[in-house]
Parts: sequence; C-alpha cells; structure tokens
Amino acid sequence: MKIKQSRGKRALAIFSYVFTGIFAILCLLPFLLIISASFTEEHAIYTQGYQLIPPVFSLDAYRYLFATPDKILNAYGVSIFVTVVGSLTGLFLIAMGGYVLQRPDFKYRNFFSFFVYFTMLFNGGLVPTYMWYVKLGLKDNIMVLILPLLMSAWNVILMKNFMHSIPHEITEAAKIDGASDFRIFRQLILPMAVPGLATVGLFLGLAYWNDWFNAYLYINDTKLHPLQMVLYRCLATAEFYKNQAAVNVGGGMTLKLPTESVKMATAVIATGPIIFLYPFVQKYFVKGLTVGSVKG
Amino acid sequence: MKSLAREVRKNRMLFLMIAPMVIYFIIFYYVPMPGVYMAFTCYTYQGGIFGSPFVGLDNFRFLADNLLSMTKTTILYNLVFIGLGTLLEVMMAIMFSEMAAKWFKKTAQSMLFLPYFISYVLLGAFVYNIFNYEYGAMNSLLVSMGFDRYDVYSDVGVWKYIITAFYLWKNVGVGTVIYLAAITSIDEGLYEAARIDGANAWQEIRYITLPCLRPTVITMLMLRLSNILKGQFDLFYQIVGDNGILYSATDILDTYVFRSVTKTFNVGFGTAAGLYQSLFGFVLVLLVNWIIRRIDTDYALF
Repeated sequence: MKIKQSRGKRALAIFSYVFTGIFAILCLLPFLLIISASFTEEHAIYTQGYQLIPPVFSLDAYRYLFATPDKILNAYGVSIFVTVVGSLTGLFLIAMGGYVLQRPDFKYRNFFSFFVYFTMLFNGGLVPTYMWYVKLGLKDNIMVLILPLLMSAWNVILMKNFMHSIPHEITEAAKIDGASDFRIFRQLILPMAVPGLATVGLFLGLAYWNDWFNAYLYINDTKLHPLQMVLYRCLATAEFYKNQAAVNVGGGMTLKLPTESVKMATAVIATGPIIFLYPFVQKYFVKGLTVGSVKG
Repeated sequence: MKSLAREVRKNRMLFLMIAPMVIYFIIFYYVPMPGVYMAFTCYTYQGGIFGSPFVGLDNFRFLADNLLSMTKTTILYNLVFIGLGTLLEVMMAIMFSEMAAKWFKKTAQSMLFLPYFISYVLLGAFVYNIFNYEYGAMNSLLVSMGFDRYDVYSDVGVWKYIITAFYLWKNVGVGTVIYLAAITSIDEGLYEAARIDGANAWQEIRYITLPCLRPTVITMLMLRLSNILKGQFDLFYQIVGDNGILYSATDILDTYVFRSVTKTFNVGFGTAAGLYQSLFGFVLVLLVNWIIRRIDTDYALF
C-alpha cells in the first residue's frame, strides 16, 4: 500500500514538472522570437526568415531606430505622461470614492454602489460613446488617452473591498476627536490602504501603458501617439518608414531601411519597461487578483 | 427629497468626496446611454441623434442574420476559452501545489504570468513574427526541415485554434496563480487526516482539493461569463486585424461594431449591433446569476 502510494505521487510529480515546464517555456517563446528577430541582420531575415537564434547577428535595427530617435522618444513621453497622470489621478479619486462607498454611516452607499455597478451591466455601446467623446472635444486631445480609463466599475468595486477590510472603528474614533472626513481619509485611511492602492494603481498603470484603442479611435496627430500605437502602425503599415527610407548615421554612412528587424526592435522597445518592472510588481498583482476573485 | 437634503447637510464632506466619481460616471458612462436611440433611426448628419427619421426595428431586421452568426461565434469561442482555460488552470494549480522544488515553482509561475502583462499590440507582433508567410518563424522552421511553406492567412479553418491558443497563452497563467492561492489556503489538517486514513495522492485531490476549490471556480466562471461580450475585442482584432477573408470564422460582435465606427461609419447599424450586444450581455449576466443562485445562493452576485 505504502509503495503504491509513493509511486503514484512520484508519477504525478514527474508529469507535473514536465507539463508546467513545457507550458512555461511556451509562454516565453514568443518573447525570445521577437528579441532574436530584432538582433538579426535584415538580409538574413529575407533569406531565412525569423528564427529563434539569429543566423547573422546585427544591431542595425536599433542603430536605425536610434539614428532618428524623435519618434520613439516622443511616444515614450506620451506613454509615460498618460500613465503617470492617469494612474495617480484615477487612483486618488477611486480611493476617495471607494472609501465613502463602504462607510457604514453613509446612508446612500448602496444606491451609489449600484449606480457604479450598473455600468458593468449596461453601456451605450461604442458608436454613441464615440460621438459623445468627439462632441466633448476629445478628438486629437491628449485627455482622450487619460479620461476613458480613469475609473471603471471593476476598479471601484475592488478598491471598495480593500477599504472595507480596514476597521470602521478607526474612522469612528477619529470622528469623535473632531477630524473631518477628508482628513480621516488622507491621514489615517490612505496609509493603511497601501496594499490596495498598490494593486489598483498597478491595474490602472498597466491599462494605460498597454492602451492602443483610444489612440486608434481618437488621435490622428502622430505627435500624440503613445508607444503601443506607434508599434501598431509600425506593424500594420509598410508605409510607416517609407518617407525616410535611408538614414544618415554619421561618418558618411547611410543605413538602408531594415523593415522587418525594425518592426521587432520597435516591439522590444515598446515592451521593455514592462518586462523590467515585472519582477517588482508581480506580487501586488497576485494579491489584487486574489482579493478580487475571492470577494467578487 | 427632504431626507436627502438633510443627509447632504449632515455629511457634506462625504458627498464632496464621492462627487468626482459620480460626476465622472455620469459624463463618461451614463450620458452616452440615451444615444442607443440611434439604433432605431436612419442616422443623418443634419438630423443628429434625435432628429433623424425613426425607422423602428429596420436596422435590427437588416442585421438579423449577421447578428445571429456573430452571437454564435462569440458564444462558441468563449465557451471553449472558459472551459479549456478553467481545466488547464485548475490542473496546473494542483500540479504546482504538489511540487517540492521551490525554485522551479517560482520560476515557472513567473514565466506563466508574464503574458498577462504585455499589450495586445505586442501579441499582434507575435502573430506576425510566427505566421507571416514570407519571413514567419513557422515557415522558417518548415522550410529548414524540407517542407513547403504554409499560408495560414488563406486557411480560414485554422484560425479558431490560433485564437484559442493565444487566449490560453495570455490568460492561463493568471488563473493558475489565483487557483494556487486558493489551494494554499486549504486547511493542511484535512490532508493529514486523509493520509492517516490511507488516502492516496489522487484521492486527496479528488475529495479534498477539488471540493475546496469550488467557490473560487464558481466566482471565476461568473466573472468570465459576465465578461463574454466585452473582454476579447483586443485579442481578436490584434490577431485577425482587417483581414476580410477570415471574418466568417473570426467575426465577433465587438469587431463588427468597431468596424462600423472606423471603416464603414454606419451609425444606425453600429449602434444597433452595440445595443444588441449590451442587452445580450445584460441577459447573460442575469441568466448566469440565476443559474448560480440555484446551485448555491451564497455565490450569486445579487
């Protein structure tokens, strides 16, 4: 009996390592393909295609991109601005609202919670929303990259659940001492809500950084394009680099347009920051997702 | 009304604190809602939203066949996504929980979780890198092994597998981590008691782990079902793009509505399809909630 049991366990263990190991490698594979392609010499791509290991190593794609860095730097600027301003503003407003929504002594908390929650069940749809945003003057306005993602029912509910886990007695005690509600929120609740703030803030930050949809719909001015939109255009159109087919890289050398490797190098540059931040923020995401799914 | 006024006076600060949120939701979520009226009009630029001629259900009647087939596509894809996804996630979570090697667990989980962080545009870059006819990694491999090139973009049938594979690629890691968290919170005493009674590894999973995961599985199902009609636009659009040949196998409601805004700009049809989508999602949530209520009242959303 005992031998059988341990054999069953060992079989399960070996299968587990192999299965999850293969799946994990498959998760990483596309990243490796892209990175490899971005370091491949353009001609090698034409003759041998994209490969896992560059047949001919070359930095041409990056040299090309950084020969005229304005476009990429500008996109970085837009993405960083939108992500920082949007996440901080959204986070503050969500935290403030979420705190009020769960205050047991706030009489209309259920009404306002449903008011927010209802937007998850029903919405006007893309066409009326599009026309309304255009009417608000958001077309070709950088605010259109910030406002639509500022608050969502999902993030508000998540924050409300986090706030709910802070004991109400703290608020009550401070009220007796004569502190105003805003002061209680700012000085007592916010410091205690840091894990929740980190989680929702990261959700917001990720949504802003990865957003291409609003830029695609509302922004024609390429100066206002965030990184993801630049990447999208670079992948979708061959014309993207046509008007600058050859670039002077100094020393009398010109660089011929390496289209295929440049596409992949752009992908690497647009994703880089996320990959670098990933190890530091991973645990907050896990926490947020777990709280969200356990409490609904 | 009187009590509201009294309440506002008493808790002025609380109302002030919630005001930005309420105003935001009114402007960005509630104001566009009456615009669904355009679904019942033949929209003209002179008439605007409420001045265009009323045509009743004509838009819907015209779209009926399209809407029906897109609904079918949407539902089928999502059933496969949710079914296969949940199966893989629970399976892998159990596998991780049985593992002894900590370093492997940590590394593998980080790798699984990574795709969740990247944008769908980058996913589009992956699809290009792998399936591009001339330079794609898949064809590079085929050619180097002596096979012929394979043109994925002219083969409609294969896209349902590609889309499903990328869905799983992007989402399974997150689900696995959530289920793993649920498994680690199971009382260790249950397993010890089972072992004393002579239970083997499979029996432990069957009679302890799986029943304890039930609440999490139900909550996750609920969340995913209620997201059926909005969550996957990016996935489909970034993989398929504006590839007309593939629409028959890959067009979901979102992609249709998106095209009606960006390409054809048919206000009436676009609004009608969007309204249909919203109502459909609404009914779906009510239905799922009703089903869950019948299984176990505790898990129902409302």
